[in-house]
Amino acid sequence: MSNIPDDLHFASTHEWVRVNEDGTATVGISNHAQDALGDIVFVELPEPGSRINARNEVAVVESVKAASDIYSPMSGEITTVNEVLMDAPETVNSSPYENGWFYKMTLSDDAELDDLMGADAYSDHCEDE
Amino acid sequence: MGQHTSLYQNHLDAGAKMVDFAGWDMPINYGSQIEEHTQVRTAAGVFDVSHMTVVDVSGEDAKKFLRYLLANDVARLHECGCALYSAMLNHEGGVIDDLIVYRVSFGYRVVVNCATRQKDLTWLSDISQGFSVVIDEKPELAILAVHGPLAIEKLCEILPEHAERIQQLGNFRGFEAGAWFIARTGYTGEKGVELIFPENEAPELWNKLLAAGTKPVGLGARDTLRLEAGMNLYGHDMDETISPLAANMGQTIAWDPPDRDFVGKSALEAAQRLQASGGLPQLVGLVLEQRGVLREGQSVQTDKGEGIITSGSFSPTLKHSIALARIPLDSESCRVDIRGTLTEVRIVKPNFVRFGKKVYE
Repeated sequence: MSNIPDDLHFASTHEWVRVNEDGTATVGISNHAQDALGDIVFVELPEPGSRINARNEVAVVESVKAASDIYSPMSGEITTVNEVLMDAPETVNSSPYENGWFYKMTLSDDAELDDLMGADAYSDHCEDE
Repeated sequence: MGQHTSLYQNHLDAGAKMVDFAGWDMPINYGSQIEEHTQVRTAAGVFDVSHMTVVDVSGEDAKKFLRYLLANDVARLHECGCALYSAMLNHEGGVIDDLIVYRVSFGYRVVVNCATRQKDLTWLSDISQGFSVVIDEKPELAILAVHGPLAIEKLCEILPEHAERIQQLGNFRGFEAGAWFIARTGYTGEKGVELIFPENEAPELWNKLLAAGTKPVGLGARDTLRLEAGMNLYGHDMDETISPLAANMGQTIAWDPPDRDFVGKSALEAAQRLQASGGLPQLVGLVLEQRGVLREGQSVQTDKGEGIITSGSFSPTLKHSIALARIPLDSESCRVDIRGTLTEVRIVKPNFVRFGKKVYE
């Protein structure tokens, strides 16, 4: 797999986290995940203000193939969701690491980042699947 | 590694994502299923369906045999080239497979599903005992489907020698040209043809079609196209435990002439009596106009009882979800359990899109 941004942390369930300069985090799904799901037709996002624990269901992606649960890679509070995905869910297919982000959150435990993988380890993980 | 059609390399060259389909490595899409679907609804697409099984039936009793084998009546095929859609039933009146049968110069050509190939061939062989017929599988033939509003125009440019005959074809009509058979049949709800011809000639035709702007279409879009057209998929919308009367296939059963016997007829008559008393479920269309996607296997609750979704997807043409569901007869209202939430859906006739346009009310 090519071009995985190296500032991301990946969960084994294919979500990514980018820690922003202000300490908040942005969450999305990987290129590998969007490719496996196929054309995405609906994204169900969490409510801003809601609290979520790491590895819990936080969103649902409906593609032409199947409905898939998305698990939050980190614990914290949802601050913003990507409204673009309501009308243009295909943005996740075309730009999984940039315009196709799912939500932003505050982090309650930075140490959870240690449970996630870097780009190289994630790339190996996808090949092993 | 699975079996390959003669176009395997062409699929890879076109960027196909290959998946296993009943032992065959087949293209599920070439990038975007939705784009391929739209291509067929608005222009022209080509499908490699060479994994399907072609069986030629000839011999003195070919007609007699098929009239007994099938629920539809091949006596209705008045001339060469005519095609008929039929169920092939077991003795209990369940559907062993659905198929297309063409009348051809040497007898009949039957095209059955790939996933049911072995049991179909066994059944054909079993039922043919006592009939003077030759049953000849033709694995060396490729099948390409070229469908879409521009399909016939593009094909005629590429096959000028057949153009006049292709343009004159009515729906469900075909013709033979040497080792080629070309017919106006398909599985998309759009105009187009299916070509059955020697597989070693398939790459050349494929390349010409692509060069003319016909786009390759994978099995993913084939499924959403047929669902929008309200066409059944074997193993999903019906199987050996389901009566064709509970699968929206009543119109394909030839009750006339009444003296014709066929496999499954008496069981079917019993199912018909059950249907008259309201005891047989029906296959309907469901429409969800809000967000969410109906999926196969989701349970359905109607005012008359419970049912199940047999095929469901997002409709790329309608931009919302549609489904086929088997529910109690005369149900008026319907809710579907979508991931734990009961969601109201509309019951419609199982035919959603024809020639690029919405057709249900």
